[in-house]
Amino acid sequence: MRQQVFEATHAGTWRRLETLLAALEARRPPGPAVPVQRLPRLLRAVSGHYAIARARGYSPGLVSRLHTLVRRGYRQLYRPRPHWPRLLVDFAARGFPQALRRHAGLFWLASALFFGPMLAMGLACAADPTLIHSLLDGEQVAQYESMYDPTNDKPGRTPARQADEDVKMFGFYVWNNVGIALRTFAWGLLAGAGSGFVLVMNGLVIGAVAGHLTQLGFGTPFWSFVSGHSSLELTGIAVAGTAGLLLGSALLAPGRRTRSAALRVRAAEAVPLVLGAMALLVLAAVVEAFWSATAGVPPAVKYGVGAAGWLLVGAYLLLAGRGTAAPDKHDPWQRAAAQPGRVQQAQSQRPRQAHATGARPWT
Amino acid sequence: MTEPEVEDQAAGGAIDTLRRRETPEGVEITLRLAGPVPRALAFGIDLAIRGGVYLALTPLAGLAGIGTGLLLLALFLLEWLYPVFFELHRGATPGKRAMGLLVVHADGTPVAPSASLLRNLLRGVDFLPVLYGVGLVACLVDRDFRRLGDLAAGTLVIHREPPLPATLPAHPPLPPPVPLDLATQQAVLAFAERSPRLSPARRAELAALAGFDTRATADADPAATLLGVANWISRGKSAVDTPPAAATAPQAAPAGASTAASTAAGERAP
Repeated sequence: MRQQVFEATHAGTWRRLETLLAALEARRPPGPAVPVQRLPRLLRAVSGHYAIARARGYSPGLVSRLHTLVRRGYRQLYRPRPHWPRLLVDFAARGFPQALRRHAGLFWLASALFFGPMLAMGLACAADPTLIHSLLDGEQVAQYESMYDPTNDKPGRTPARQADEDVKMFGFYVWNNVGIALRTFAWGLLAGAGSGFVLVMNGLVIGAVAGHLTQLGFGTPFWSFVSGHSSLELTGIAVAGTAGLLLGSALLAPGRRTRSAALRVRAAEAVPLVLGAMALLVLAAVVEAFWSATAGVPPAVKYGVGAAGWLLVGAYLLLAGRGTAAPDKHDPWQRAAAQPGRVQQAQSQRPRQAHATGARPWT
Repeated sequence: MTEPEVEDQAAGGAIDTLRRRETPEGVEITLRLAGPVPRALAFGIDLAIRGGVYLALTPLAGLAGIGTGLLLLALFLLEWLYPVFFELHRGATPGKRAMGLLVVHADGTPVAPSASLLRNLLRGVDFLPVLYGVGLVACLVDRDFRRLGDLAAGTLVIHREPPLPATLPAHPPLPPPVPLDLATQQAVLAFAERSPRLSPARRAELAALAGFDTRATADADPAATLLGVANWISRGKSAVDTPPAAATAPQAAPAGASTAASTAAGERAP
């Protein structure tokens, strides 16, 4: 068939696909008048035309016009369409705690790196009032001391910040704490050393401040301030560290995969952990900004809330989603892990479609 | 049906920034990878946009506590989630779109939440020690121009489709002096499609390289001969009888005829 006849025969199909793609690519979602259900058939037909045009050596211009149509159609047809409400509920109800329990070993390692130095430094600083100066400079120590001075109306804030509103502190806690957690995760790519360093350093500083203030006799304002959000915040940092160590483990102990393949798989597994850490830290920021600094609440109540928080966080991470199946492996969160294997298979064996979908290496 | 293997320009096997992927429809598509320079420019544009948004929000700080809090929240979102938001909704950030780039999975499908989050959160390590030092090195070492975030997330940054090439200029068809193999036919067609954009001197120079014997034809200009041969290849002798408007613009074909034709080709409208 001559190219001209071929073009004349199929131009209508190409135009229909073109119109449909233009509607699908528009900023607004396509309305009911757009025949989206035709996309698979149209794309299949035009894919066939593209293959024929290439094989018959039609003009490069025509081939590349068809190629463009096929690429655009492919992107629209196989675009991930996450169902956000279900995805998020699923994630909170079971996805996150299950992911953390799958990596319990690394979580305990991250906790040891975080809480170990914290405890040791806390005890040491409580015993030795000068030890904190080996870690923080005088200005920082003075700032912490003024924040938790018992004469302070709102503990946990420097006198200059007393008049600040809670919303401002909330913004600050989110920007600062969640930012630290995300960096802890990212730096895990440096063979886990970055995450380990952040965990140990944060543990040391928190322990030093706690021990130092307790030894100064500022214990009541300090402990009543931090108890409310401690469960959420400390757990969140440990979880972010777990995610970072998981990244690092792909380089240190890739198992029976190449390092890059192990990295792709474990990075995808780390995503629910990072999201969970972000959620815990945002919740911690809410509690810290709007509850922890409230004046006029007896310390006993704050301790009670703090203890309840630890119980709730512990129960959630231990029990939520237990006994139910892990989230669907086809869910969009996990797509990244599935990609490389599928593509490599397609490249090396060129399987037929039915074969490829039947034996897709998801794990 | 056995069809000959063709080395065609669309797939460009020899060019090392092209990646072929097979779609489930059984055809091969080509992804054109984007290198560090367009990506750096895209980052610059995004940085300017983010800075602009932040500056536009600074009057919020006048609202004392609440305003500062919102400003810090905005800073957090701009810093970490701005690329994720745009990659999930539009396929790429505004800067990348301006540079004609797109973020896709390794198989060419648009990026999903998990991969987008990963590649953007890991910017934190690509950015080290200053201004994407690690990312640039990774980009230059990896054959797919992937920075560490892309390696972990299994994503690629590719160029969108190039602008569509011109259609074949109409010319009275001439039979080729000798039978041409497929590759030569395609070279002739490619020349004809590009000829409107070439200067007359360059056109004549390229046409002379083809080395066709033009004495037999009435038209002694080698470029015109090649155009004629290209029209003969793609349209056959019948092109003489067809009015040029219909020949150059197949879209103008009557709707009824094309529907019938596409139905015959197996595509059925529901």
